[in-house]
This record gives sequence, C-alpha cells and structure tokens, in this order.
Amino acid sequence: MNPQSLLMKKIMQYDFTLKELNLYLDTHPNCRRALAMFQKFRKLREDAVREYNEKFGPITPEQNINAQRWQWVDAPFPWEV
Amino acid sequence: MWQYEKKLQYPVKIKTPNAKLAKVIISQLGGPDGELSASLRYLNQRYVMPYSEVKGLLTDIGTEELAHVEMISAILYQLTKDLTIDEIKESGFDTYFVDHTTGIYPVAASGAPFTATYFQSKGDIITDLHENLAAEQKARTTYDNILRLADDPDVRDSIKFLRQREIVHYQRFGEALRLTTDRLNSRNFYACNPAFDKNCPKKR
Repeated sequence: MNPQSLLMKKIMQYDFTLKELNLYLDTHPNCRRALAMFQKFRKLREDAVREYNEKFGPITPEQNINAQRWQWVDAPFPWEV
Repeated sequence: MWQYEKKLQYPVKIKTPNAKLAKVIISQLGGPDGELSASLRYLNQRYVMPYSEVKGLLTDIGTEELAHVEMISAILYQLTKDLTIDEIKESGFDTYFVDHTTGIYPVAASGAPFTATYFQSKGDIITDLHENLAAEQKARTTYDNILRLADDPDVRDSIKFLRQREIVHYQRFGEALRLTTDRLNSRNFYACNPAFDKNCPKKR
C-alpha cells in the first residue's frame, strides 16, 4: 500500500471509531468513557486529515489549500479502484 | 446541511466483474429493504421526534445510510465495469442494460423501480421506532441472502461490513425506544402521542 492509501486507511479507521461512538453517545449522552474515547479519536483524526490535506489534497472541497490548482477534481473518486 | 467526503465508509475493491451478482445486490440500493429507503425513512421521520436523543440518532444513522448507498453503488459500478456484450447477454444483465447501460439506477432485484412506498414516516415515535427496528432486521436478512449467493471474497468483505451495521443500528434503535418508554406512562405507553398531543402526561 502506498503512503497515500495508508494514511487514507488510517483516516477511515478513525472515522469509523468516531461514528460508532457518535451513535452510542446519542443514546448514552452522559457516558464519560465514550466521551473520553471520542476526544482521543477526534484529535487523532484532526492530525491525520491535516497531514493528508498537506501531502495529497482535499477530502472535502473546502480543504483545497492549493492556490494554483483546484485539486478537488484531481484525485479519483472513491468508487474508482 | 451535508458535506461530502471523498472517501467510502469502508473499502470496496472488487477485482472480478460479475453482472449476475450485480443483478441481486442492486436490491440493497433500490429494493424494499435497501439503503436508499433506510436513509429516506430516518431523515424524514426525525423532524417531529419529541426527544433530542432520538432526533440525533435518526439524523446520524440516516446520514450513515447515505454512505451505505454510496458503498452499494461502488460495488455495482465495479461489478459491471468492462463487461463484454456476450457477458451482458449470458448473465441476464441485458434486461437492466437496455434501459440504463451500466449507469447506476435504484431498482429492486426484480426490476421494480425504487418507490417511497417502501418506507413510512408516521409521526408517532413508538410506531416509527418499531418500523426502524423491523427495517434493520429486514436489511440484515437481505444481506444474509446476498452472502448465500456471493462467492467472491472481495464482494463478501464489503457486504459483511454492511450487514454488521444493521445489527448496530438495531441495537441503537432499541435503546431509543427504551429512552422513549422511560418518559411515558408505564401503565399505557399509547395513552398519547408525544410527537403530537399537547400536555402528554409524563411517567406515573
């Protein structure tokens, strides 16, 4: 796996963890343990997404930081393998 | 509002096209217990929910279902890529091909186009949550049936992920139903509809 796919895989794993915690917290909004895990993975995700944006481009349109090129349209869409 | 992220919720990487398999998996896009009806069911139901936990849950599961629509569509796209005309004829995919080529269009495996009659939004929290519990189990059964029909390990891997999500959503909807009945009169949960009736009596 190339460095870009590896970092994307990491982001997908963090996002899955956050989504699971999100649904759990919807019905357990006072669970301190889940809240602590959410904070931990939120930070990990934030750092990984920033690294991805700087090295490989945007995951959402507003993350396009390149002033020369609208990179949003460059990377393949996720259904293309 | 929503924002698109250029990634799938879980990877879909299918090496071997298989139009015959696409013909059955398409039911989880446009069929009676598919991901599109799931998403529309929850995102429409959420507005009149009387409890914020349930509004949140319906919003967040309804949003996840949109990501599942995309995963199913990616599976269909990859299963029908680079097919020859002979493969299209032999697989029985020709009946879809004639109307849509290899474009993604929401139909059931039988060919019936997607319809909003596949889901309900009843404006009653107990009724809607029971509909959702049933919907998650029906989708789980459909995924079980797809796993009985699919041999390709690449396809099975993504389908198993989606199947597992049905079970998690069922669990969360069960908790939402408990949160709801905890707030109602335990001698008669149906004494009133907290999404409509004013001064719905609290638990006695």
